[in-house]
Amino acid sequence: MTAPKTLYDKIWDAHVAHEAEDGTTLLYIDRHLVHEVTSPQAFEGLRMTGRKVHAPDKTIAVPDHNVPTTLDRVSGVIANEESRIQVEALDTNAKEFGVHYYPVSDVRQGIVHIVGPEQGWTLPGMTVVCGDSHTATHGAFGALAHGIGTSEVEHVLATQTLIQRKGKNMKVEITGKLKPGVTAKDITLAVIGETGTGGGTGYVIEYTGEAIRNLSMEGRMTVCNMAIEGGARAGLIAPDETTYAYVKGRPHAPKGEQWDAALAWWKTLFTDEGAVFDKVVTLKGEDIQPVVTWGTSPEDVLPITGVVPAPESFEGGKVEAVRRSIAYMGLEVGQKLTDIEIDTVFIGSCTNGRIEDLRAAAEILKGKKIKEGMRAMIVPGSGLVRAQAEEEGLAQIFKDAGFEWRMAGCSMCLAMNPDQLAEGERCASTSNRNFEGRQGYKGRTHLVSPGMAAAAALTGRLTDVRDLM
Amino acid sequence: MEKFEKITGVAAPMPLVNIDTDMIIPKVHLKSIKRTGFGKNLFDEMRFNRDGTEIEDFVLNKPQYRSAEILIAGDNFGCGSSREHAPWAIADFGIKCIISTSFADIFYNNSFKNGILPIVMPQEVVDVLMSDAEKGSNARMTIDLIGQVVTTSDGQEFPFEVDAHKKHCLLEGLDDIGLTMAKKAAIETFEASMQQARPWV
Repeated sequence: MTAPKTLYDKIWDAHVAHEAEDGTTLLYIDRHLVHEVTSPQAFEGLRMTGRKVHAPDKTIAVPDHNVPTTLDRVSGVIANEESRIQVEALDTNAKEFGVHYYPVSDVRQGIVHIVGPEQGWTLPGMTVVCGDSHTATHGAFGALAHGIGTSEVEHVLATQTLIQRKGKNMKVEITGKLKPGVTAKDITLAVIGETGTGGGTGYVIEYTGEAIRNLSMEGRMTVCNMAIEGGARAGLIAPDETTYAYVKGRPHAPKGEQWDAALAWWKTLFTDEGAVFDKVVTLKGEDIQPVVTWGTSPEDVLPITGVVPAPESFEGGKVEAVRRSIAYMGLEVGQKLTDIEIDTVFIGSCTNGRIEDLRAAAEILKGKKIKEGMRAMIVPGSGLVRAQAEEEGLAQIFKDAGFEWRMAGCSMCLAMNPDQLAEGERCASTSNRNFEGRQGYKGRTHLVSPGMAAAAALTGRLTDVRDLM
Repeated sequence: MEKFEKITGVAAPMPLVNIDTDMIIPKVHLKSIKRTGFGKNLFDEMRFNRDGTEIEDFVLNKPQYRSAEILIAGDNFGCGSSREHAPWAIADFGIKCIISTSFADIFYNNSFKNGILPIVMPQEVVDVLMSDAEKGSNARMTIDLIGQVVTTSDGQEFPFEVDAHKKHCLLEGLDDIGLTMAKKAAIETFEASMQQARPWV
């Protein structure tokens, strides 16, 4: 009998193309997603060495980081010259190397991590990489998915493999049921609050437990998306009926006999009884509250009912980091989080730019108006999410409430396009990073769930979404 | 890629924990389609005022550290995005080695691809190295990759671990795409077996 394996072990074993004596492995890559910021140097490298893309059929490109999200973008060119050059370079490279491509003009364009699953490119048991750390998102399907650097992008383009060493196994179990107002975003932030941003370094996380099982695919993607913020390159959730139902019928999902064969294999993708994890973290679902970040690291997270902590309550190098964070964020020690006034709300990103996120925001915003002077924008994760939100009447709710209803892209999550915070502006954001300057030079970011972001837009301060439900 | 065997140089202390990739190279500088020229924007928002003047008390602006080749950093260095622009900027500035108690995985990997040696040391060793770095430009540290040892300015030696494959590539300045392409037969054999086992992929 073979030793019990974790889900990670099984996917890893199924993709070893070559293993050297020292354990250095060539891991075969089933799907390679490509965007305009981290790929131009890789394609240029191929050109200079006369190499080709090894498997163009497994390579999917979409521009997302730089693209404008204003409604007039279809008619005009991108005003920022450097951004335009990057997007044009992707256009050229996609054509020249013959990879699948969703240009800005295509309704299916969007954030690469939303487009992949939406189009059925991401399937259980696959290896998925992209030159973007939030590739972890695809782990929601039980796919081993992680970010890579540009040199590795070039390596995958040229060989369809990655040189890897196996990581360690970590289990994050969320038991029981979530309370009303608590979402996948709160789970994933609460986990990072527990483990710290370095807690997952060297590990692949498998998320398990009743609260995870009860999440939709959208929610699972939110949880896995931020595995990287906990330091883990990849997060995984074993596929189940929820997964199969989401995948079935998508444009690039298997069909007919191939579906049956795929399904039979997918059903073997779970952690065996008795398999050993190197690290286990358990949280009770009912203990998780709606949370918000107060500092400049995703681990700086507290329930919305909390207060800004004192630097002295931390240890080691974190004391100085917290002092710096509080100064940067313009907060006072002991200040109630619900007293923090905000001027900007951003709903979108690969963390929370899917239809379910927009529904959650609409639920809070329905029939209400955002606070006067508030700048609030909703940027759907893809053109198809946008279309669906319009069909469901969500777009009208947002517009009536006073939100800007934008085109798809990464937008203010990393502010490479014109959607940025000005110096000193403070944003309740559904994105994934609250680093200094992340959403604009000297901008201040509080990470929250879509419902919490919507609530903040109405009241003008960080708000407990449960008070508005 | 430039070879890395042994360097002796100035080490700059950056004790801050969780130095992220947005600090190392803010996204406004990610718009180039080249790999070079990022050094001038390394640690941009920590290093420069909005008008382009230098922030005096930032470590790499201090006269004794302007030509630092080694960085001694706080825990979890390089967390955040996968942007290889971070190691490109570090290498372009002239830093060849970073020592910390831990690194974010993707940054760690990216460093080796660009001739930078990231070294993980226990807290007590990083504390010693940090103190040594704080002595300034007279205190030159030596990093010997062949012997896998760091030597402080006063002769204290600390051995370090490094993956054998990564060490080999760094010592020889090897492009690992070429190495992998030499295993083309293994990749094609794997693809053929997958076509049978998982034809839907």
